[in-house]
Amino acid sequence: MPVPCDQNPITLASYLDGELAPDQIPAMHEHIATCPQCAIEIAELTRLKNGLRAARGHHAPTLEFRKKLQQQVAPPRRPHLNVLRFIPAALALPATLLLAFTWTQHSRRQDAFSEVADLHVNALASTNPLDVISTDRHTVKPWFQGRIPFSFNVPELAGTEFTLLGGRVVYLHQQPGAQLIVAMRQHKISVLIFQASPGQTLPFPASTEASAHNAFTVETWQSNGLRFLVIGDVDATEIERLAQSLKQANT
Amino acid sequence: MNPEFFEQLAMPLFDQLYNFAHWLTGDRADAEDLVQETYAKALKGFRSFQQGTNLRAWMYRILRNTFHTSRTGLAAQNTSSLEEEEAQGNDVTAHTITPELLLLKQEDQQTVLNALAALPVSYREIILLCEVEELSYREIAQVLDVPIGTVMSRLSRARTALRQPQKTNPLGRPINARTL
Repeated sequence: MPVPCDQNPITLASYLDGELAPDQIPAMHEHIATCPQCAIEIAELTRLKNGLRAARGHHAPTLEFRKKLQQQVAPPRRPHLNVLRFIPAALALPATLLLAFTWTQHSRRQDAFSEVADLHVNALASTNPLDVISTDRHTVKPWFQGRIPFSFNVPELAGTEFTLLGGRVVYLHQQPGAQLIVAMRQHKISVLIFQASPGQTLPFPASTEASAHNAFTVETWQSNGLRFLVIGDVDATEIERLAQSLKQANT
Repeated sequence: MNPEFFEQLAMPLFDQLYNFAHWLTGDRADAEDLVQETYAKALKGFRSFQQGTNLRAWMYRILRNTFHTSRTGLAAQNTSSLEEEEAQGNDVTAHTITPELLLLKQEDQQTVLNALAALPVSYREIILLCEVEELSYREIAQVLDVPIGTVMSRLSRARTALRQPQKTNPLGRPINARTL
């Protein structure tokens, strides 16, 4: 019959579990070396521990469940990301309005240019294109007095490639204006002058480089309360030159 | 703690927690419900989680408490009274050689697993936490919300019960780990 051992079994287990205080370990080693009962107990607890290793990871979650849980714990999307999702929708309305506005403006401008082109073509198609026929600017300018509610200067075109043919009164958007016809070789160019009052409805940009519209070249600008439009079927550079002389005469 | 950190801190524990849950419930569907509820509760309470405290013990504690308040957990508890077992006192000795030798001589891990599955839940959970999930006594004390001394004594009794399953199974419950 072996001598009963007074070693607490809990202390043995703590030793195996790595929970024994470091200062108690040498004494434990010493005891196990001299106590066959405790040595056997240690061996059996160790075998039990080894046997229980099979329980680690014994039950594995399914892939479906892993995915499900991952979705569950996925961090909430950042607020600004949520906002981002609504940005397209939030932008859509202003963008649509802007597009509509731009298109309308563009469309109105196109209409205005078309009307100006109509005036130009009308004059050329008319059997009576000019109300005042003169190459002399000092004849043409005074002719407009009393016919239109404003005055403008006609540049001296003598010595240039341009020849003043005369002028007529036209109306655009219920506003009276002056139309000068200028010849350049076989081409005819119209210079249209209207009042640029604050209430004027002409949807032209404040100034443009010569631009092409329906094969006509148009240049427009505003000066001293007057709106000038130069339109013809010539090159932009030629329209530009005529516009320059008009600008110089009316600054 | 920011909930954004929850995923990266808690997801690495997923496999271990699932294994623990499955051992506790003995059923895949119940284990999934338990793990899911655990993560939901943990995520909810994560803001109050103090950085520097033991997240692993905290998660196990949530899972364990959730289990004990679940239908399965309550059923398991009804079959064995913890107080009764605690009251058995120090009648466990270290030198009851014969039964454990019978078990261990079989050198069959399946036998050990069967024995584990058949343990009353209070013993099963502490064996799992210590031997399978490898929590320290301190962590186990946090999970079970008991003093470390209780952890040590209960663990000792659990091991003794585990080593003599056929003889002392207090549940009188058939040992059938295959259902786990």
